[in-house]
Amino acid sequence: MMLNQVEDLASKASDELGKITDVNDLEAWRIHYLGRKGSLIQILRSLADLPLKERRAVGARANELKEVLEAAFVEKKRNLRQDLALSQRREALDITLPGQQVPLGRLHPTTQMLEEICGIFSNMGFQVVEGPEVEWDYYSFEALNIPADHPARDMFATLWVDSEAKTGGRPMLLRPHTSPVQIRVMEKSRPPIRIIAPGRVYRYEATDATHEWMFYQVEGLAVDRNITLADLKGTLFEFARCLFGEDRKCRFRCDYFPFVEPGVEMAIDCLVCRGAGCRLCGNSGWIEILGAGMVHPEVLRRVDIDPEVYSGFAFGMGVERIPILRYGIDDIRLFYSNDLRFLKQF
Amino acid sequence: MKVSVRWLKEYVDLIVPLEDLCERLTMAGLEVGGVEVIGGEWDDILVGKIVDVNSHPNADRLRLVTVDLGKQSSTVVCGAPNVMVGGKVAFARVGAHLIDGHSGERVQLKPAKIRGVVSEGMICSEKELGISDGHEGIVILSAEAIVGSPLSEYLGDTILDLDITPNRPDCLSVIGIAREIAALTGSKLHIPEVSYRELGRAIDLDAAVEIKEPNLCPRYCASLLDGIKIASSPQWMQQRLSTCGMRPINNIVDVTNYVMLEYGQLLHAFDYDEIRGKKIIVRRAGNGEVMTTLDGIERKLNSDFLVIADKERVVAVAGIMGGGDTEVTNSTTTVLIESANFNQAVIHRGSLGLRLGSEASLRFAKGLSRDLPMIALKRATQLLAEIAGGKVAKGIIDVYPGKKKMEPISLPVADIKRLLGMEMKAGEITKTLELLGFGCMQAKSDSQVKVDVPWWRTDISCAADLVEEVARIIGYDEIPTTMLSSQLPRHEPAPMLSLRRQLRNILVSCGFQEVLTYSLTSLEMLGRLSPQLRLIGPTPMKVSNPMSREQEYLRTSLRAGVLSVLARNRRYQEDVIRLFEIGKIFLPRERDLPQEKEMLCAVISGSERKLSWRGKVEPIDFFIAKGLVESILSRLGAIVGFEDGEDESLCLGRRASVMIGKDKLGVVGELHPKVLEVFELSEAAYLIEIDSEKLLSLMAAVKKYQPILRYPSTSRDVALLVDEQITYQQICDIIQNFSLVNSVTLFDLYAGEQVSAGKKSLAFRIIYQSPTHTLTDNEVDKVQQQILDKLQLDFGAILRS
Repeated sequence: MMLNQVEDLASKASDELGKITDVNDLEAWRIHYLGRKGSLIQILRSLADLPLKERRAVGARANELKEVLEAAFVEKKRNLRQDLALSQRREALDITLPGQQVPLGRLHPTTQMLEEICGIFSNMGFQVVEGPEVEWDYYSFEALNIPADHPARDMFATLWVDSEAKTGGRPMLLRPHTSPVQIRVMEKSRPPIRIIAPGRVYRYEATDATHEWMFYQVEGLAVDRNITLADLKGTLFEFARCLFGEDRKCRFRCDYFPFVEPGVEMAIDCLVCRGAGCRLCGNSGWIEILGAGMVHPEVLRRVDIDPEVYSGFAFGMGVERIPILRYGIDDIRLFYSNDLRFLKQF
Repeated sequence: MKVSVRWLKEYVDLIVPLEDLCERLTMAGLEVGGVEVIGGEWDDILVGKIVDVNSHPNADRLRLVTVDLGKQSSTVVCGAPNVMVGGKVAFARVGAHLIDGHSGERVQLKPAKIRGVVSEGMICSEKELGISDGHEGIVILSAEAIVGSPLSEYLGDTILDLDITPNRPDCLSVIGIAREIAALTGSKLHIPEVSYRELGRAIDLDAAVEIKEPNLCPRYCASLLDGIKIASSPQWMQQRLSTCGMRPINNIVDVTNYVMLEYGQLLHAFDYDEIRGKKIIVRRAGNGEVMTTLDGIERKLNSDFLVIADKERVVAVAGIMGGGDTEVTNSTTTVLIESANFNQAVIHRGSLGLRLGSEASLRFAKGLSRDLPMIALKRATQLLAEIAGGKVAKGIIDVYPGKKKMEPISLPVADIKRLLGMEMKAGEITKTLELLGFGCMQAKSDSQVKVDVPWWRTDISCAADLVEEVARIIGYDEIPTTMLSSQLPRHEPAPMLSLRRQLRNILVSCGFQEVLTYSLTSLEMLGRLSPQLRLIGPTPMKVSNPMSREQEYLRTSLRAGVLSVLARNRRYQEDVIRLFEIGKIFLPRERDLPQEKEMLCAVISGSERKLSWRGKVEPIDFFIAKGLVESILSRLGAIVGFEDGEDESLCLGRRASVMIGKDKLGVVGELHPKVLEVFELSEAAYLIEIDSEKLLSLMAAVKKYQPILRYPSTSRDVALLVDEQITYQQICDIIQNFSLVNSVTLFDLYAGEQVSAGKKSLAFRIIYQSPTHTLTDNEVDKVQQQILDKLQLDFGAILRS
């Protein structure tokens, strides 16, 4: 008798629950069936009046039903909430409206390039060191086997610093290349040496789309016993592979820099025509990317490293040239005029 | 250096295709920068002979010229002044590709009617053929040219434009390049044999040379020819000179130029009769001594210049330019030819001093061989005797104080392996070097090769030089590719580098764009940083040869650069602009290089969401700038404080010094309106400047872990009424000092109608927490009361209800 009442309640409750579409109705349903004065509680309270046998059966069933209904309630509530959330969202937004931008800055393309270059060489065991941008003539030229009046000085149009009174006549300049760092490093430390030196360099130069009077270079130097031109080739070809990709062709050709012997110019096959010849590469199919060579014995001797025991290689490259090639930038002056419309592209 | 392939072929057999040759030259260090073909489009241009010249019926200046072309003849209308019967000319048939003499454009020749007469072709000028700009007359070919044959057989050529590095002055010559080609391709070299008859009397009887500066002039050679006749040089010589970009002048000057191109030695011809005292003296110029050079400019000299003088006056600036007084003229009959070696440094300085970068000084400045003057002089004398007639005096004057014995260089065979990373036997090395003209002698031990350097190679002085020679002749492509296998050096930490990297990355993640501005600036620009437009800080160092006024001084501050960038970008960007630069400033030091100090400078200006459909516009203010400083530095583990600042660039009352303990690290604040104005900024802008080196030295060395408190916290809000002068910091410091106080947050600040005048209300949320237990209300109440009592005592703070 009582058991039937419980079963009726069960089917009624679940029918009603199925029809509920609103949170308020659901709450009313909960109070009606599961509330402190709810139908199920009343049944449970009235158990005491039943005979023992029936009490057990009804009690078990009623408790079971309570759990089922409670679970169903939680489930239904979760569903309703999700439906509501979904329906609300479906109505509200034009998702094509512009998103709220989080302000994020960017590193200057030169910095990004420097980080990339230094990263590649760091992985090959080169340590980053830096040297002064205002230098003595000695470190910039003299110690690099370019004495005063050497014809190779013409390769470096130099900006001189007006400071005779202050320096006792020692000529001071804005370094025209990063190579003086080689000398500073070799003066301070003994082989094995493996460094790269990034930094600003300056030239007395009229600016145009392909010339800038201030730019960045990265210098490299390795000195030890038995370092060879073959090692230089391996190091730089690996560098080019990391920077320009697996299938880039590289070439070493003879070139002249007073502080290396043998001297090298390294080129990669043209990024546009892949060697066929085009305007970018001046129809040669090759693009020069750096100068290098074996450290000149005179340079080693000057820093008291015995050139008959030790050998080394050095290289130097312009930094801006690489993004210029990579992104097809048509004017080097864009780098340091700092137009955000340019900087934000990198 | 432009060199004619036709000319090269006289001295060396070209046994590889031109394209391969260029490739090999380039790879070996003589970069071929360009290849220009002359006559590649001369399909319809033939050698013709003028057989008849008649006047044009309808024009005075034009003539009707009949040209024999072998199988046929043509009559054309021609206006050139140098048309004459018998002349061999370049005849373009209808359809030929030419350069238009007036417009300079490439055109195809069409049949034309000129003043009523049909012209069936054209007799060409050099310009029309594309050889040079010469358009005054038609080209007259040498008499040997065969009528009817293609013009390209006579005038066609290929010009290589070679980039010669400063160490190879020997390659600034046709013979030098021929030598390289011979070595690179293994072909045969044919250097012209020089011989001539000396029919005059002994040269010593008529001329003498004295070198007063043997260090500056190691060798001076001279020959003498009399009875010469000045005229144009032969067609073939003129042809070669113009192909190489030199203007033919007369037979004497042309020969000296020709030999210069051929051998690379500079020669100079003096009109002997103008040399006073018949003596050449090589000396330094006197201070204030004056001479007029060939170009008609009066030059003021001083003792830095080496000059050629006669007994009375300067007749040439050595190695740079001759003088007008002794210039060869049409009436010259006797010439003294100079062929000398001068010190490269003095020539270099001299040409810089006179701002004269002549071809001549270029060659000397690169250090020529001391053997060359005699060899080239003989060649020039021979050519002069042949071309200009005249009698050659017996003998050559040769004053040679700088004669040096060339020592052979020892090349250890093992150096090839040690420096190139590839094995080579002594025999292979010897063979390679001999191709270049080196003399090799294998020492007994086989471990060394003794190498005699050929006279023209002034650039070879040590074993490494020889290693390069070997490498470039075998080809750098043949050198193996290996990775460094030697020991890694000890790692030296670079804290500044990693701080810079961290700072950059933090700033970027705070929305700042990195900029890099020039290291050179102007005093005016640096002065803009003060409202009084005066220079703040030390006097900047000056560049002695600045390119412009804007780039004359080494910056002593990053501010001007960054603010200029802000102003420039503000023109087209409406939202907030956030910029920073990390870079060096240059502070002068006595008798030393400047201190290069690394600084961080950032600016922020504008309004957030100024042009956005979302929500309200938020202008940047002082507290946003200050908050950035706090965030950036706390991210680096530095706890900073702020004190009233004094920085001139910033507004009074809106500027602060950024402190770590008692040390000033930098500044933050709103830019002074006057400063904004001079940078043409119309909106408020905020500056952050940090001395990053100081930051490095003050940053906590080790960060320490703080255990996370596990017991629940309790929060209490209080609103306090205090006098206006009391600062937030004063109150906050007191609250924070009480135990159990975990944090204090100001969430409201009010002054106005609701509170009495001269007072302000600050509302704080105080969070209490204990590391050891859950706090009871009682405990918290007790501390809170103590705080309120203390604040009342110290600042008269009243709890606002």
